[in-house]
Amino acid sequence: MGEDEGRAPTENVPLEKIDEYSWRIPMYKPGMLVPGLVFANDALMEKMRTDRTLQQCANVAHLPGIYKNAITLPDGHEGYGFPIGGVAATDYEDGVISPGGVGYDINCGVRLLSTTLTEKDVRPKLTQLAESIFANVPSGLGSRRKDLSISSRDLDNLVTEGVGWLINKGLGWSEDGEHCEEYGHMQNADPNKVSSTAKSRGLTQIGTLGSGNHFLEIQKVDKIFNPETAKAFGITEPGQVTVMIHCGSRGYGHQVCSDYLRVMEHAVQKYKITLPDRELACAPGNSPEAKDYVQAMACAVNYAFCNRQAIMHWVRQSFQQVYHEDPEKFGLKLVYDVAHNIAKVETHKIEKGNKKVWVHRKGATRAFPAGREEIPQDYRSKGQPVLIPGSMGTSSWVLVGTEKAMDLTFGSTAHGAGRMMSRAAAKRKFWGGEIKNALEKRGIVVRSASAMVLAEEADFAYKNVDVVADVSDKVGIATKVARLVPLAVVKG
Amino acid sequence: MEKREQFEGKFEFLEHTADVYVASHGATMEEAMGNAALAMFEVMTDTEKVAPTHKDALEVEAEDEYALLYSWLEALLVKFEVNGTIYSKFDVHSIKETPNGFKLKATVYGEKFDSQKHPQKVGVKAITYHQMEFIKEREKITLMFLLDI
Repeated sequence: MGEDEGRAPTENVPLEKIDEYSWRIPMYKPGMLVPGLVFANDALMEKMRTDRTLQQCANVAHLPGIYKNAITLPDGHEGYGFPIGGVAATDYEDGVISPGGVGYDINCGVRLLSTTLTEKDVRPKLTQLAESIFANVPSGLGSRRKDLSISSRDLDNLVTEGVGWLINKGLGWSEDGEHCEEYGHMQNADPNKVSSTAKSRGLTQIGTLGSGNHFLEIQKVDKIFNPETAKAFGITEPGQVTVMIHCGSRGYGHQVCSDYLRVMEHAVQKYKITLPDRELACAPGNSPEAKDYVQAMACAVNYAFCNRQAIMHWVRQSFQQVYHEDPEKFGLKLVYDVAHNIAKVETHKIEKGNKKVWVHRKGATRAFPAGREEIPQDYRSKGQPVLIPGSMGTSSWVLVGTEKAMDLTFGSTAHGAGRMMSRAAAKRKFWGGEIKNALEKRGIVVRSASAMVLAEEADFAYKNVDVVADVSDKVGIATKVARLVPLAVVKG
Repeated sequence: MEKREQFEGKFEFLEHTADVYVASHGATMEEAMGNAALAMFEVMTDTEKVAPTHKDALEVEAEDEYALLYSWLEALLVKFEVNGTIYSKFDVHSIKETPNGFKLKATVYGEKFDSQKHPQKVGVKAITYHQMEFIKEREKITLMFLLDI
């Protein structure tokens, strides 16, 4: 397995086991301002020890103004500067904001649709549906919808107004925005803070799935763990068909991150911030550099919501094309849309009082409990839906946010499976055709622009998402609602 | 399955769990930078199938050599995403020190990306500074860098 693992840690990170699923990294380096807190079972922890996940968690604990703990979630793995699968909350006034704590793919996220169809209804038309979606949703390198051509001014309006802009153009239903994090429209977005390079990358890529780990799946409900909450979310019985869309802000968001990492490199010198890793580059929350980043980031967040909105619209159209009936007839309602890479202003209980903080979630899902006004009215008595996609061919999860998450993780939980094996190692093991055959033997229809991506994204290259969901549930930072399994996979 | 030999001496892909870690080589910094670009496009497609029929001139400036590699690759990635041109040949003419850092001049060759002709591998999201390392030996320069995919 040695060659399958990441780079060995360069530091021996001390760990104290708190209980079966929680570990503390004590303040072993003089610059650490808070301890690290890691949620993992023994097997997940063993994997984290093989690369720099824990070291990076300890590095995050150096960020000026950080509160309570630098947090690593069960799916945590080595990232750039920050581990992926982590949370850091910094003081709104005296703390810093770091683009690396959000990541390149700003608002990479997931949306889930429920239908009134069952596996039995869909099975005879499954191949047709997958093909229709594959044709309607641009995926893979350089593909785009010729009929969604927007001007530079349109793009600025889209990133300012969020999903409402697309819905007004006819790409969606009026109620769709209600079921998105931030209601599909992050405030404070200012396209003047976004470079022309980012905009030109964004113009050609709106409404595209991309490649790599991004996917679109037709799924069925495999098991329901919390029937009452599931019902509130529109998930009613095993066998019910759902659709999951996983993608982000494409070149637009990547360029915003890249541009502002450079700005922050200078800010680190200007504000004399000492950091253990160049990639944690940041600026004080009240500095012009941080304010500009936040306004540009909000544009990319809205871009990603719109990207998923456009794709969802074409999924609905695909059902219409295959069944020759209005998509409303099959439900196809948006259950929820969550962000996995984002920084937000939130109020959290810290020590004895409430404090306004910047919560950085990098590869983490917000998991707010019942009662919060950030949650749509119809879910507010249950809690926020948490969507955790699996890897290709494995299950995905719906969980619900909890009060415990507010205490332990600034209202956050895991976001996915997390890679375990390198792409090169995955390809040496099998080639794409074999992966496709294996999935099709299990009755899963696969359509992919690239055979190579199929091999690289094979399920054995990832940690088991069921274990990740399990640890989240056991710790109580988001509890199980339903498990979904794929019927058809569309990939870039 | 992977035709590694054809790129021998130019670049190789090193092991990395989540992304693509590249080592590119050259007798000069110019050559190593050119091979870095070749490696990036090899991540996305089979560069042997990309005819070098279209020509673009490119100038990139940056404050240090690490930033120069980052900006050079990013400029090419942006050209691919915005204009749809995929490249397979890179002539880096010069890298010169300037009062503000370094300046790279190059001519790059490729053609319009065509999914029928060019095999799809995986899209590169971004260049990163993560584990970026330059090894300068007497007759060989190696640039190590990580691509986010």
